[in-house]
Amino acid sequence: MDFKQYMEKTDRVGKIWIWTALVVVLMVPVAICVYYQAWPSAQAVLKGLIGVAPIYWTVGVIEVITYTPMLGTGGTYLAFVTGNLTSIKAPSALNAMENADVKPGSEEGEIISTMAIATSSIVTTLVIALGVIGLSALAPILDSPVLAPAFDNILPALFGGLAVVYVSKNWKIALAPLIFMVVLFLLIPSLAGSVGILVPVGVLIALGAARIMYKKGWL
Amino acid sequence: MNFSTNSGFLYGLAVCVIVFVLAQSVYFLIRSYRRGKAIGMETAVLKKTVLSTAVFTIAPAISILLGVVTLSKFLGIPLPWIRMSVIGAITYELPAATSTANALGISLSETITDPKVYSAIAWVMTLGILPSIVLPPILMKRIQGGVIKIKNKDSKWGDIFMTAMFLGMISAFLGMVFADVRKGLAGFIPIFVLLVSAAIMCVCGLLIKKCGMKWLETYALSISMVGAMIFAVLITPLIV
Repeated sequence: MDFKQYMEKTDRVGKIWIWTALVVVLMVPVAICVYYQAWPSAQAVLKGLIGVAPIYWTVGVIEVITYTPMLGTGGTYLAFVTGNLTSIKAPSALNAMENADVKPGSEEGEIISTMAIATSSIVTTLVIALGVIGLSALAPILDSPVLAPAFDNILPALFGGLAVVYVSKNWKIALAPLIFMVVLFLLIPSLAGSVGILVPVGVLIALGAARIMYKKGWL
Repeated sequence: MNFSTNSGFLYGLAVCVIVFVLAQSVYFLIRSYRRGKAIGMETAVLKKTVLSTAVFTIAPAISILLGVVTLSKFLGIPLPWIRMSVIGAITYELPAATSTANALGISLSETITDPKVYSAIAWVMTLGILPSIVLPPILMKRIQGGVIKIKNKDSKWGDIFMTAMFLGMISAFLGMVFADVRKGLAGFIPIFVLLVSAAIMCVCGLLIKKCGMKWLETYALSISMVGAMIFAVLITPLIV
């Protein structure tokens, strides 16, 4: 089986898994409603949905378009089912491809990215499951104000290390989106809550700057 | 039917969903591992990928568990367990629950006792994230086809294109760290944490390159992340 055939098969099985996942996900509220005979009014659901859907549907569309080329076919089908893309799946795939010295988009990149996302999904699911089992003992520790700063700062702690690896190797490409984002967040701090929407903005600026530098022969 | 947010039925549902997620993950892990072996990738590289990712994932996974703790105060354990294991993230689930509760005029300060409120929240949480699960199979061929086209046309630009995408994403999160600087010294904590994480990664890089500690590659990101999180715990009480 060559790379093209492998990718076609990955796409086929990926689609089967993700459509099955859709059924599984939808079955949860259906099962709750049927078992407890507690169908909510459409109005209640609609009102609740209006509060979140405009922003999260937009973020959902943006994430699919932005992350799919980075994560590869198998990785995407898995990551979008298991979630937590920015805090676990994308950094896992990035770090693993960097460590294995493979390029995203190549066959090796596809394999390493998928393995990283699958591993992080398994570990996350197991950690949560173990945590749930011992929740009564763990909750006071996890909830303690002493540990709160650690979890509040998990993204800077993660992206600091990741940035050293990526930015140092590609600082010319990183410069324009980095300066733009720092200035933007300094001027409009409230945007921190919508960082998901700003990811494609950063991507477009990075791509634009990279294209110009590439054409000029600076890269 | 007596309703409880922690009923055996809801736990049963949660277990079914968790088993499905695990099955999908294990399937893709085995499939990609076998393919890696088939095309001649070194077993050591494949195993290192699994080990390195597993270690790195533990700390962020605990922060997700924290999300389950937060939501369980009013939703019980099973629904947050399901939601945080499939597609969900606390940044979405909490606003979804709050939005529905507000629409129904319910307070989330205590455990929900009305099954209709509970099911309404479950529906909003589910429907609000549907694009993330519906769109990948619909758009996959178009997106990946575009990437292949770029790579085939000019492979060097194709590589730069992918690198630029990653850097654009990283830039957004690096920029976000500066959002709170106007709040005074406390607003600088995320920046300090970021710098400490970067510094630890630099030290790891030096140890790997200068001292030949190749094994450290597997754990460098985990060490820099956990080290910076410990730093956050130590520095925050001194500043705030």
